Amino acid sequence: MSPGSKNKSAESERERISHRKQTLRLRALMVQAIRDFFMRQGYLEVETPILIPAPAPELHIDAIPAKGGYLQTSPELYMKRLLAAGYERIFQMCRCFRQGERGDLHLPEFTILEWYSSHAGYRDIMFECEAMIQAVAKDLGLPEKIQYRGRAIDLGGPWERVTVHEAFERYGTLSLEKSMEKGRFDVCMVEEIEPHLGSPEPTFLCDYPASMAALARLKPDNARVAERFELYMGGVELANAFTELTDPAEQRARFQEEKKRRGEQGREAYPFPEKFLEALALMPEAAGIALGFDRLAMIFSDSATIDQVVAFTPEEL
Amino acid sequence: MQGPIKDLSRGNHMYNASDLRRGLKIEIDGDPYIIVDFQFSKPGKGQALYKCKLKNMINGVMFDQTYRSVETFKPANLEERKMQFLYAQDNEFCFMDMENYEQTFLSEEQVGDASHYLIDNLEVEILFFGERAIGITLPNFVDLTVTQADPWAKGDSVAGDTKPITLETGYNLRVPPFVNEGEKITVDTRTGEYVTRVKE
Repeated sequence: MSPGSKNKSAESERERISHRKQTLRLRALMVQAIRDFFMRQGYLEVETPILIPAPAPELHIDAIPAKGGYLQTSPELYMKRLLAAGYERIFQMCRCFRQGERGDLHLPEFTILEWYSSHAGYRDIMFECEAMIQAVAKDLGLPEKIQYRGRAIDLGGPWERVTVHEAFERYGTLSLEKSMEKGRFDVCMVEEIEPHLGSPEPTFLCDYPASMAALARLKPDNARVAERFELYMGGVELANAFTELTDPAEQRARFQEEKKRRGEQGREAYPFPEKFLEALALMPEAAGIALGFDRLAMIFSDSATIDQVVAFTPEEL
Repeated sequence: MQGPIKDLSRGNHMYNASDLRRGLKIEIDGDPYIIVDFQFSKPGKGQALYKCKLKNMINGVMFDQTYRSVETFKPANLEERKMQFLYAQDNEFCFMDMENYEQTFLSEEQVGDASHYLIDNLEVEILFFGERAIGITLPNFVDLTVTQADPWAKGDSVAGDTKPITLETGYNLRVPPFVNEGEKITVDTRTGEYVTRVKE
């Protein structure tokens, strides 16, 4: 018996992980390139706690309980407290955790790249996001025109901007209003609209219905729409951004509404993030964005599933 | 009164959308379905969606459906029973339960290619949906007698050569030249291919 055949599972793990060597190397290079970009732009890299007492009460996001609180679903509340304390431009790459999210594009433990800029709006973040991805691609030695799953993505820019309303008119079988009335917004989005987005160039899908942006500012000239956008590349949703809501009273009312809706669906009630709400009174106008680092690694390595860009999936632990 | 209590407990247990996965069997509109393809998706800040491709386990018809997290699903009441093949008549295949000697029938359609391997007294698993037989699982290997095989002239043989033969069930396949009429061979029922000659 050869020593290798003694431990078949160790052998197969060795083979599996060695196949991912290229994408894991790419991740490491991406981290470096992202840091370089934000340093050049005058951003400060920050770290905030992963174990937190109270996640933001958002209807469809479930936190994983831990002793002493919850694992963060995003670093948003603590990064905004830093903004309120006068840190004007900050970024972070960190692990986030969401219960029950597992699929070709989802891991319950994943990596977010999140950044905030004071005295900025969501349009400024669009430009910056575009510049960041272009800079990282360049550092990695990628061409301006890349392919993801056989679909062309021209990173050259300026990237396409489409409002949610326009996207439903263009690609949906129902209008935006009808889809919301019938409770089919998410289904239409996934089945009819998303496949069209992000090719032959990345797409910013902008101006979401106000009810779908618990932490975003509403448009000054149209309160039915929030200043929120999502970035798509090759049909994959990559990032979510807002002009941040800075009104503590309005934020408290929105959280109460989300908490109520969570209760109606039998979802866990989280303690209210009171210190965040207090800090919000001091937060300047700002915009921020959360980008799925693993998904960007998928796009850059042309990987079909998120499994291929991490060393271990939950099933392999 | 064990039966009804068992059924009742089954009726109470439901799957949640988060239980959905490839291979899960659920009941929809009175028919059993198996999930043959499954995809989790969740648009940004939106609800979790569970895209399924489902196959009707009785007629094989497939359809796509997207479920939301609030939906629940009834497990399909499926059970495999060990049975013995008795005989085929008028396009029907008769099997006998080896515990209670009850007989049940499957149609030619339901048996499909499994008929290539059905010899008297062969032990198989019959799949029941409630009280209704809907499918058959064969043992992986079955021994069958060769009823027709042309002789092979020695010396003509080239490595990798095969010749056609007919088995007792009427199934035709290709085997190595040294297999003779009247001999028994083992066939892999998953591939339909020759495995070895059976030494009597």
